[in-house]
Amino acid sequence: MKKTVDILIIGGGAAGLGAALGAVEAGAKEILLVDRKNRLGGILTQCVHSGFGLKVFGEELTGPEFASRLARKLAETPVEVWLNAFVLSISPAKEALISSRDGLYQVSAKTIIYATGCLERTPGMIQLPGTRPSGVLTAGLAQLYLNEYGYLPGKKAFILGSGDIGLIMARRLSLEGAKVLGVAEIMPYSNGLVRNKVQCLDDFGIPLYLSHTVSRVYGNHHLEAIDLVKVDEEGKIIQGTEEHIECDLLLLSVGLLPNVGILKNAGARIGESKGAAVDGSLMTSLPGVFSAGNSLHVHDLADEAYLEGIEAGKAAVNCLKGVPEHRTMTPLSHNENIGYLVPSYYDESYLGDLLIKFRCRRPKEKCVIMVIADGEIIKTINKISMLPSEMEIIRIPKKLLKNNLKTIEVILEDRL
Amino acid sequence: MQDVIIIGAGVIGTLIARNLSAYQTDVLVLEKNLDVGDGASGANSAIVHSGYDPIPGTKKAEYNVRGNAMFDQLSRELGVPFRRIGSLTLAFDEEGEQKLSELLNRAKQNGVPAEILFGYDAIKEKEPHVPKEVKAALYCPTAGIVDPFLLTARAMENALDNGAKLHLGEAVTAIKPIDGGYEVQTPKATYQTRYVINAAGAYADEIAKMMGLDKWKIIPKKGQYFVLDHFGPFVKTVLFPLPSQKGKGMLVTPTTAGNYLVGPSSSIEESKDDVSTDSLTLAQVKEGGAKLVDQLPLKEAIRVYAGLRSSIEGGDFVIEESKPGFLNLIGIDSPGLASSPYIGKLVAEMAESRLHLTKKKNWNPFVSRIKLANLSLEERAKLIKENPDYGEIICTCEKISLGEIRQELRTSLPCLTIKAMKKRTRCGFGKCQGGFCQARILEEIARANGKKLEEINYGFPDSFQLKEASK
Repeated sequence: MKKTVDILIIGGGAAGLGAALGAVEAGAKEILLVDRKNRLGGILTQCVHSGFGLKVFGEELTGPEFASRLARKLAETPVEVWLNAFVLSISPAKEALISSRDGLYQVSAKTIIYATGCLERTPGMIQLPGTRPSGVLTAGLAQLYLNEYGYLPGKKAFILGSGDIGLIMARRLSLEGAKVLGVAEIMPYSNGLVRNKVQCLDDFGIPLYLSHTVSRVYGNHHLEAIDLVKVDEEGKIIQGTEEHIECDLLLLSVGLLPNVGILKNAGARIGESKGAAVDGSLMTSLPGVFSAGNSLHVHDLADEAYLEGIEAGKAAVNCLKGVPEHRTMTPLSHNENIGYLVPSYYDESYLGDLLIKFRCRRPKEKCVIMVIADGEIIKTINKISMLPSEMEIIRIPKKLLKNNLKTIEVILEDRL
Repeated sequence: MQDVIIIGAGVIGTLIARNLSAYQTDVLVLEKNLDVGDGASGANSAIVHSGYDPIPGTKKAEYNVRGNAMFDQLSRELGVPFRRIGSLTLAFDEEGEQKLSELLNRAKQNGVPAEILFGYDAIKEKEPHVPKEVKAALYCPTAGIVDPFLLTARAMENALDNGAKLHLGEAVTAIKPIDGGYEVQTPKATYQTRYVINAAGAYADEIAKMMGLDKWKIIPKKGQYFVLDHFGPFVKTVLFPLPSQKGKGMLVTPTTAGNYLVGPSSSIEESKDDVSTDSLTLAQVKEGGAKLVDQLPLKEAIRVYAGLRSSIEGGDFVIEESKPGFLNLIGIDSPGLASSPYIGKLVAEMAESRLHLTKKKNWNPFVSRIKLANLSLEERAKLIKENPDYGEIICTCEKISLGEIRQELRTSLPCLTIKAMKKRTRCGFGKCQGGFCQARILEEIARANGKKLEEINYGFPDSFQLKEASK
């Protein structure tokens, strides 16, 4: 079956919903949003904790509340929504093959917004040493089992990695009567938001072992124990520091990866965020194909993913008038104190402001961020402290950016 | 009284069962695990070796070559992915070239088609990813890759469809001779049978010991591997280093699913169950694999695993009727997978001549399945119209539909665990390792088997994925 739309949005989580609402606001009519699950909201529906909506609605909501508010907003628009529908492939010509219970569709779109979220790094990806028994799960899967299915995957838990989902699961498991023995973080600092460390670990007396990791998993059939070890400054295991801990659940919260499979297969270039390389309008290397949310780069807050979706939605509508024939693609670079930044390029034909988002590589105090265009400092921001777990967003007004720029650099340095 | 009991549902036991199911006879397979192929058959290199490596005149040499030749027909009948992609054994210096000509000689004696290619340019024609430093390579076009999970599962299913029986989760605890046969005991039942086939893999020595045969000792040899995602084009042939005392060495190969394997290591172990991996050995595997290709993209690694080879002193396969009606298969390590079709046939014939069996007239050698990846878009659209389950994609990494999952839950072969479903359909084998689909799979398995969610195991017995309902 064939169908033609102006905008195809892949993914109905925070970013996809933002993209749809942003596109409607900018005047688009024929919008199709598809999601693989049987309801909108993406991962929000399993995040029963609060902390959502502060930026978007100015009040604190749970994940399902945030999702349903956005879904209700969407229901008032002409956006067509397909659930239980999965995009098998997209082409650079913006033809999508979609499988759903209603059939197999070939959808031809003028623009595509790719907002498929992220996936969790797995025990296999980090080559977790030892056996591979039941009871070793990513924190997000455990969250799904507990919050949507109502089951505890273990009673005596240990958590590897201080990512936010792991911290939040430490609290959830404690509230459900499981014993959480501790959280190990290989880095010398926590990788989650400060508020999560305080509210999820400190308030429950759960120890956080910084500069520690799990050196071995025991149990051939089900998880029986782990070895917790100290690591040195380079992250190498310090022999002789092993502590044997009996547990029946090991959760991994060791990072998230943008889910780029279909976009990558279509030939889109991948950037250093491990999501698509985009320009300032969030357009990927495939003209007319945009990306936003966690599939572009992993955000701290769903609110930010939603707001980025809105930007992509507006940019996609702008693009309906015609894909720019010539994209200037001025590269954005950064110094070593920055882990990654988005976007990868600046295209001067886009009329919106340039939003630069990045994370510092290591915690920093008293530092300065400078944005330099062709050797000229166009923005300076002083910071008291910065953490890798907290994304920095800088808005560069369009008027500060000249035409024909060769380079844009973002520098993060200690303040003298 | 039962005619035949097969102990162990690995690739050997299940292919024997399939061959025996062509005769008018009662076959019962006893398996201690909750699925077929959960031992070495499910954790190996997934390669159908050509047979250039085994010492001429050994059972390994003969059965490997005969088994290899049977794969085209067998994989067609059972609908198992198999591709004859050829192998290259690489040499990097003159000494290595010398060794290759010895191997070529061995290949000729074993009846394996082989030739030596000299120089990078000639070798790169067959495999663009070899390193520039390569001097020569032994090319064996008959080497192949197979899906060992499906080979084992489909062989069992085909046997079940033809009247054989399978009891999962039943470990044999004792065997004793009785009038006209044997009594085989498990914690659940006692069976009487005319013929016993010991295909217990790593535990075959212990089964033999139950009948007073203590001349064999399995020495488990662990092999550790990396699995790389199907990230794009990479090696298209099986790449071996020169073989050494330790075995065929660490290889790099594609799999039938488009992934890539790097490994295995080789270390002698005490335990027959410990399939743990360790960082030190995996670093060696990485180093070994890196020698065979210009660039080893280990950042694409999505999983590590280990398997245990059921090796014995002496090194050749033992396949013998040690006592009348008691047949032992001991030390079936590499090239066991490549040899398995021939061993299956051979052992069935040995049992047949003892039991004087007659062939069935209506034996069906085929297993058929709907696999979306093999269908045209038109066929796929038509199928979804008939059954919408085939339109709903559950495993988004491997793009497996609900229809394909439910299909596996309707066959004669039970699918009781998350791991079993993973092996049947590839759900959970992808980059997210089940993060997105596992809960749905768990639900489907529980529903189809009439169980509660907390009663479903991840893989082995007592590996329940969920412990209890929350507050």
